[in-house]
Amino acid sequence: MKFGIVVFPGSNCDHDAYHVAKHVLGEEAVFLWHKDESLQGCDVVILPGGFSYGDYLRTGAIARFSPIMKSVGRFAADGGRVIGICNGFQILLEAGLLPGAMLKNERLKFVCRHVHLRVETCRTPFTGLCAPGEVLSIPVAHHDGNYFADAATLAELKAHDQIVFRYCTEAGLLRAEANPNGSAEHIAGICNRAGNVLGMMPHPERAAEAMLGSADGLKIFQSLLAAPAGAR
Amino acid sequence: MEEQPITPALVEEHNLTAAEYERIVATLGRTPTLTELGIFSVMWSEHCSYKSSRVHLRRLPTRGPCVIQGPGENAGVVDIGEGEAAVFKIESHNHPSFIEPYQGAATGVGGIIRDIFTMGARPIACLDSLRFGPLLDAKNRFLLDGVVAGIAGYGNCIGIPTVGGEVYFDDSYSLNPLVNVLCLGVARRDQIFYGKASGVGNPVIYVGARTGRDGIHGATMASAEFDETSQERRPTVQVGDPFQEKLLLEACLEAFKTGAVLGIQDMGAAGLTCSTCEMGARGGVGVRIELDRVPQREEGMTPYEIMLSESQERMLMTVAAGREGEILEIFRKWDLEAAVIGEVIADGVMHVEQGGRVVARIPNTALTDDAPVYERPLRRPAYLDKVNALNLDRLALPGGLFRAFKDMLAAANLCSRRWIYRQYDHMVRTNTALLPGADAAVLRLKGRRAALAVTTDGNGRYTWLDPRRGAMIAVAEACRNLVCAGARPLAATNCLNFPSPEDPEVMWTFAEVIDGIAEACAAFGTPITGGNVSFYNETLGKQIMPTPVIGMLGVIDDVERRMDIAFKEPGHAVLLLGETLEELGGTEYLELVHGLKQGPIPRLDLQREANLQGAVREMIGAGLLASCHDVSEGGLAMALADCCFASPDPTMAVEVTLAQDLREDAILFGESQSRAVVSAPDAHADRIAAIAADWSVPCALIGRVSRDVFAIRLNGHTLVIDDVISLRDIWTTSLETILH
Amino acid sequence: MRAKVYVTLKRGVLDPQGKTVQRAVKSLGFKEVLEVRQGKYFELALPDDVAADRARQVVEEIARTVLTNTVIEDFRFELEEA
Repeated sequence: MKFGIVVFPGSNCDHDAYHVAKHVLGEEAVFLWHKDESLQGCDVVILPGGFSYGDYLRTGAIARFSPIMKSVGRFAADGGRVIGICNGFQILLEAGLLPGAMLKNERLKFVCRHVHLRVETCRTPFTGLCAPGEVLSIPVAHHDGNYFADAATLAELKAHDQIVFRYCTEAGLLRAEANPNGSAEHIAGICNRAGNVLGMMPHPERAAEAMLGSADGLKIFQSLLAAPAGAR
Repeated sequence: MEEQPITPALVEEHNLTAAEYERIVATLGRTPTLTELGIFSVMWSEHCSYKSSRVHLRRLPTRGPCVIQGPGENAGVVDIGEGEAAVFKIESHNHPSFIEPYQGAATGVGGIIRDIFTMGARPIACLDSLRFGPLLDAKNRFLLDGVVAGIAGYGNCIGIPTVGGEVYFDDSYSLNPLVNVLCLGVARRDQIFYGKASGVGNPVIYVGARTGRDGIHGATMASAEFDETSQERRPTVQVGDPFQEKLLLEACLEAFKTGAVLGIQDMGAAGLTCSTCEMGARGGVGVRIELDRVPQREEGMTPYEIMLSESQERMLMTVAAGREGEILEIFRKWDLEAAVIGEVIADGVMHVEQGGRVVARIPNTALTDDAPVYERPLRRPAYLDKVNALNLDRLALPGGLFRAFKDMLAAANLCSRRWIYRQYDHMVRTNTALLPGADAAVLRLKGRRAALAVTTDGNGRYTWLDPRRGAMIAVAEACRNLVCAGARPLAATNCLNFPSPEDPEVMWTFAEVIDGIAEACAAFGTPITGGNVSFYNETLGKQIMPTPVIGMLGVIDDVERRMDIAFKEPGHAVLLLGETLEELGGTEYLELVHGLKQGPIPRLDLQREANLQGAVREMIGAGLLASCHDVSEGGLAMALADCCFASPDPTMAVEVTLAQDLREDAILFGESQSRAVVSAPDAHADRIAAIAADWSVPCALIGRVSRDVFAIRLNGHTLVIDDVISLRDIWTTSLETILH
Repeated sequence: MRAKVYVTLKRGVLDPQGKTVQRAVKSLGFKEVLEVRQGKYFELALPDDVAADRARQVVEEIARTVLTNTVIEDFRFELEEA
């Protein structure tokens, strides 16, 4: 499987995602420059974490105007698999490829720590190898991860099984103290209705090797490798 | 040349003495222009010239088999095997952080990161050593909050993990916070770049942000004491742009790969001035620049302003003639400003033109090697005798040692730093193999078995009470921290924070500290490869405690053999290595519980310390230990608590039984050096004891890792017993509670 | 010509920064302040000869597509002759 990792000016988890795809999974991986339009025949596009354009206007707000994002939009519409991690999730929201928006963390501070995520649906190509309700340990690192959507949008997300991960306690319970940023309904990750575009604030690429404290994030990448094309 | 007459008042305003001005006139053989006066002023400032410290710094050991580049460059470089080199340095940004904590700290981070990638290395980690006044004062809380946010704002955005450091609080740092930042990078050994101009006729390229009127005279600001008007000097504080620097970092690393870049230097303190004359001086050539070609952010900037601007995120490079197009193209790709602004010339001068007129022409060496050097008077401070007369016979044991222990868990100097490190992205780049809270940060090297370990250490109270021994302890503890993480210490960098060098008592403590560092570094075989001196840390006559901070780098040969401090399994044996003496002078306990800041500080025997480190290394190398933690501030009781709290399992606890004929508080809280707490399966206990005996290190089985109950028993009675979760809670949340 | 664009969080969207400022204002003794909403302010410089209608159209478009995330933010703007 060929992974394409988009490099925006200010992306800083691009090398981390590349490392996992290439050296941990042993798959093909290429960097995709934001000024280019070609996706180089990639099977999966990763919008990595970082501070694209410094996040000076709003997180992800300027990156979405990059030439490459036109191609990513078309790729997604055709059923291509896209993961936005952290800043990548924020870009997907700004680009309208996923619903909702990001607010500053409730406590107004950047937060970097391991959190627990409950897998809310296994009916995505990103979570196929997870058990329903399985708890993953994956770190977050962000200042704007407080997911917001109006009531109607949240209802839609639920109705179409689009909430993929929620912050939870180690035992899998939804509790305010387990939510690092105050996000609506403890949402940590969502997908589009077709299930081929995933946005998540936690960093699975930082939890893909036991040496770094957890290898739970690897399940997301391995699910992709195992998922048949077109499956939701 | 410019018309403005140079008056004595103008000279004084530039922090130059009359004698220094005479010397300028003699060097040039004429009156300087205003621009030249400004240039001399910054280059001869304490910050750039090291004029008060240079004679002492020469005593530091700077050579060793691993040293590729010692002091005098943008950063130190050491060989870490397999064709790779580590590039690292620590630097202060104290004064700017006092004036504007967020931007001061942010630009401190940005500056040291530039020093590292300028040398061709990719920065892989930062550590911060911070000092503030007590948090009871709202002003100090404001400074801490701003500094931490500034470090986070810059480091997180540029994508370099902040993996460790330290923070301590003492009244002497009120109005004088210390912000010392260490950055570590990795480069190919044969791809190191130096701040050196070469090849007459080669173009000189300016890259990065445009020049504005930022921070004019920042270097002289860092070389003067503060008074009531300092707050009004705000306009001299520069604003950092981490996004710009991220682009600059990537573009520079890409440019280095072309082979066209011959030399490069960051424009930090003293900006374009410093980079121009230093690059010329190091290369034994000159640099001619035309200011009209310098990208500028504001209109109508004078040569004086352009030369002295400290706008951030800028670099100067020399490039092989004919290849400038290639380099400019790379910077354009990253949407960065880049322009050829001059060329390398044969004369060893800094030659500056604007509008076809020469506005400055100064021999490079007059600004660098031949800058004034002072042998300032030294006088042993009178306070030392008074504060080193602690009589333990007159020190009553506190009513409840358990109460004292709980107070220590909550103390700002000992409690968890979680509130701070959670604001830092400490995992980006996915190399962080030991999370914050350990004795040292450990960074894996992708594709290699080896890893790097790095730490910062410095106890201002120790150095205030005993400058020489305090400095030696800082070096010893830094080495010990690395050894406890499974590393072999390689080399060091130092940040020397002191009050005014014009005070002979300060200069005496400085000289003592240098001798202490020199002796300890020589003993441990860890040369000093660079660093920074920050003088004038005093405000309204109030001086900081002399605070040398040691940054130490080590190598772990096999990353799988890295060691952390957390107890792993109930039932494991807990052993104390080293000897506990009746030493309470200079301890956290003495100040916190008894309100006394008195010495003598703990003894340090370099041979014993080396033995302890040798024994620990052998035990870790043989795979015998489950955890290892050095005993430092807060003593044995605190070290045991740390080992419990570091476990992800909140019920992990310890029960120990001590038997020793010493004061109970000295056993619990004394800070005797050269000790470590280790845990291991019972099956390893004999081999551990045998290794300890080989190294002549006392080794005592003191207890077992347990669950839920944290207990310390001494000579038959129980001093501390409680549910570990409640103790952990005090320790974990204390800083948050104090701050909110 | 100069355009001044003000962006604020929509009513109903939690504004923790505004709340924090409000708490600070209150603790300083200013009891009269009922609510603080934090926002962003942009100044856009346009050529003097651009027609007001055209300017309004351009600024509106920029404000809507770039400066504001309309899921959570509202904007308003004013034009000023130089």
